[in-house]
Amino acid sequence: MAVVADAVAAAHTEEWGRIVATLIRVTGDWSLAEDCAQDAFATALERWPRDGIPPNPGGWLTIVAKNRAIDRLRRSATERSKLAEASRLAEADVMDELREPTRDDVPDDRLRLIFTCCHPALGLDSRVALTLRTVAGLSTPEIARAFLVTEPTMAQRLVRAKSKIRNAGIPYRVPEGHLLGERLPGVLAVLYLLFNEGYSASGGDSLLRADLTAEAIRLGRLLVQLMPDEPEAAGLLALMLLQHARRAARTDSAGDLVPLEDQNRGLWDSGMVAEGVDILRRALKRERLGRYQLQAVIAAQHATAPSLGETNFSELLHAWDELARLDASPVVALNRAIAFGMWKGPEAGLEAVDRVAGLDGYYLLPAARADFLRRLGRTADAAAAYREALALAPTEPERRYLARRLRECPAD
Amino acid sequence: MQYLFFIGTAPDSDIEPSDGPDKSETPDNWVEEMDRRGVRKFGNRLRPAEDATTVRKRGGEVLVTDGPFVEGKEYIAGIDVIECADLDEAIEIASKHPMAAYGLVEIRPFWPFE
Repeated sequence: MAVVADAVAAAHTEEWGRIVATLIRVTGDWSLAEDCAQDAFATALERWPRDGIPPNPGGWLTIVAKNRAIDRLRRSATERSKLAEASRLAEADVMDELREPTRDDVPDDRLRLIFTCCHPALGLDSRVALTLRTVAGLSTPEIARAFLVTEPTMAQRLVRAKSKIRNAGIPYRVPEGHLLGERLPGVLAVLYLLFNEGYSASGGDSLLRADLTAEAIRLGRLLVQLMPDEPEAAGLLALMLLQHARRAARTDSAGDLVPLEDQNRGLWDSGMVAEGVDILRRALKRERLGRYQLQAVIAAQHATAPSLGETNFSELLHAWDELARLDASPVVALNRAIAFGMWKGPEAGLEAVDRVAGLDGYYLLPAARADFLRRLGRTADAAAAYREALALAPTEPERRYLARRLRECPAD
Repeated sequence: MQYLFFIGTAPDSDIEPSDGPDKSETPDNWVEEMDRRGVRKFGNRLRPAEDATTVRKRGGEVLVTDGPFVEGKEYIAGIDVIECADLDEAIEIASKHPMAAYGLVEIRPFWPFE
């Protein structure tokens, strides 16, 4: 029984997105596609213990899901007595397509599914939820828990997103030509947001949060596999791997944040670092630099340095400068200033941080100032800055970290 | 798919399409191009919001008020009925309208008869 349950779970991870994507392409009906995929997995749980695990679980599940779709469409066709000729013909086409055995030469439908789920005409919350539901196959309650909303709220969000796709005429396809260049960053942003939701543990069930990180990496791998010629997709995957490789050292046994300089680098996952560096190196060979590749270069500089002092800071700052050229946001400018301070010392760092404008209300600005002030021995100024940062910090681990630093600054 | 484009503007805006970098990008050019492509079914400019009249019927009584139904910084300066393949094509068409650069274009799908 356990073997069968494992096989079904593995098939779910591997095949869910593929089955749903195919059924959506053929029927154009998102809810039907999800329901039929769900039915197919339920049928597998029922039959595989009795009949044995089929040699090709994915093919078996696809056939069962397609047959279920045929049944459902046939039933709804007979329910509607006055079916227009045109839609009857369209339905006949759908039926033929559903009956056709799965061909191996069809380009992967999952890529269309990903681009449709991440369409900019959908709200960001909807894009993330829809990607998790239809591409990754997470259940609605799981997604609701991960994003700290009630199940009906999440169900409503998914229903609304699907009806907008249908009613507004969002196409089910991978954009071509220059539109691909416009749309790919949106897809990458959804995956990176997903990753950060898991990585930053900003609230909610921490176990589910870690799952989000794993899902984001899995989706990143899928995207790289489906779009091998897109260096930014590879750059994002490399970035996620290089950040994820440090997870064990980022918090201590009490769950408190450990800053980069104090992290035990022996806890970093060297296999994952090597994989990230390798993927990044191959992406960079294409010589189409982008913000994810540059962020991965930065992460790689840290991840491959034996200690903070032995970091290749000139390479690191070069990457930050390139990134700042592509992305003029003050957050990039602040992080560049922090890196500069790690290299040239707290005085230079403080000066660089103070030159960053446009970040009022962002906790990392006073936190960075406080850190440099503390290193300079200006404890009263540092304490004031830590207090300011503490009032703005969004998550509990960050507040605990800042409070601990504040306690280290003797009053006057 | 059939869409209604609301061409929106900001009344305070002192930017006129003719001030744009490319003087050939006028609404007339856009109309001509989209008519030629066969995607624009109908469209026109609208008189400003101050010429709008709003009608409601409440408790059997017809209430007529001066002005648009929502007071806002932006108002609808024109409409176009567009028929094209899907939302991506509609977005492409909307992005070419000069008012996309100086105001905004809201794309609304028609609710078809079942």
